Amino acid sequence: MKSYDREVLNIPALAFERGKIYGIIGPSGAGKTTLLRIINLLTEPDRGTICFDGRPVPPNGPARLALQRQMTLVFQKPLLFSTSVRENIAYGLRTRGYSRAEIKERVAALLEQIGLPHMKERHARTLSGGEAQRVALARAVAFKPKLLLLDEPTANLDPANVELMEKLILQLKQSMEVTIIIVTHNIFQARRLTDETIFLYDGQVVEAGETSKMFKAPRDARTQAFIEGRMVY
Amino acid sequence: MPRLLEGIMEAFTLIIKLDPELMKIVLLSLQVSGAAIIISTLLGIPLGTWLGLKPEKKTALINKVIYTFMGLPPVVAGLVIYLLLSRVGPLGVLGLLYTPTAMIIAQVTLALPIVTGLTLVGVRSRGKEVEETARSLGAGPLLSAWTVVRESRVALLGAVVTGFGRVIAEVGAVMMVGGNIEGHTRVMTTAIVLETRKGNYAYAIGLGLILLTLSFVINTFLYRVQRGGEVNS
Repeated sequence: MKSYDREVLNIPALAFERGKIYGIIGPSGAGKTTLLRIINLLTEPDRGTICFDGRPVPPNGPARLALQRQMTLVFQKPLLFSTSVRENIAYGLRTRGYSRAEIKERVAALLEQIGLPHMKERHARTLSGGEAQRVALARAVAFKPKLLLLDEPTANLDPANVELMEKLILQLKQSMEVTIIIVTHNIFQARRLTDETIFLYDGQVVEAGETSKMFKAPRDARTQAFIEGRMVY
Repeated sequence: MPRLLEGIMEAFTLIIKLDPELMKIVLLSLQVSGAAIIISTLLGIPLGTWLGLKPEKKTALINKVIYTFMGLPPVVAGLVIYLLLSRVGPLGVLGLLYTPTAMIIAQVTLALPIVTGLTLVGVRSRGKEVEETARSLGAGPLLSAWTVVRESRVALLGAVVTGFGRVIAEVGAVMMVGGNIEGHTRVMTTAIVLETRKGNYAYAIGLGLILLTLSFVINTFLYRVQRGGEVNS
């Protein structure tokens, strides 16, 4: 993957197993967000193939849209639409043709889960950063995606909201059969939440494996430096 | 000053008397400018949205052309349409010169670049972000574009208001292609020019005040719609 003639990502192969939480860590400019965007089919790689459920993703057409509808990405600064909290959460359900009753039921359940049932009719733009992030997460999981991509989900939140978001992410893993890929700067968060970790550096996968093992005994010196906070980023 | 007061009195008299000739002129003005702005909106908003979502470097030339045409002098637009529609012109066989249709075509030529250009600017500010959010929630290309339009509605209504302001007040182009024929192509602005030339200042000022009042009523309505969008954004 190139941007402005600079190679931003060069990954020979990378696979994700169903039902696990993956953490992508690495310094700024390592290509973490680009990788997430490629997985979400928002950015087209210059070469290579993306496979979903073992099948290559078609370049365009309804089949690609159908695959895209099985995954979702929550951006670092999530954009909530200029409407109510309820309508925001219902957006993905409406695009998939869910009935009114189903939408009502799911929205109510999710609002309960994220602890904001009283804010159903509130305008989304009036929410605080933490509330907005929780609504964005609820909106993303409302249609039960197979793959949930989170780009720095707690980067702009205070410690109380970070804890709340992490609890929600773990709850989602347990309640839904969903694979979660989290991009994070926060190595402690990666350690707390993820089953597997991928360390990206300068567009390349330096190391990937079980989180506990990687944090205990990193194989590469750069991973070690990053984990120990010696890498400037 | 006495002429201005006379004009105000004349305006009231014309309105109270419901002068049939005046009503015809007002109705034709609204029909021509209304049709022109509706056509410009239907074409300009999709075109501006499409351009606004494309990378700027790919559409730079088109953008520059649109921005240039936003300042197109009405007499130049009128002259070109006149030459196209005149008997010896390439579209002369259609017999449209000196008809309300020719006036609508001239006004669309003036309003379309304004609606397109201002839509483009409005969409460019955060359209890509909205589009990607919609796509990541499973929206196809059409629904994503519609979401962008809905989220940019305040700016888009601004584009329509500006376009309408341009055509309702325009005189050069409609005079050239309409011919200011009494009972057929005479609109408020061309009638004002005629009455001024005849030295009938009071009637001309009266017409001017009615034009301003109508414009105020229509803009009040559009402003309320726009404010509705702002409240929701």
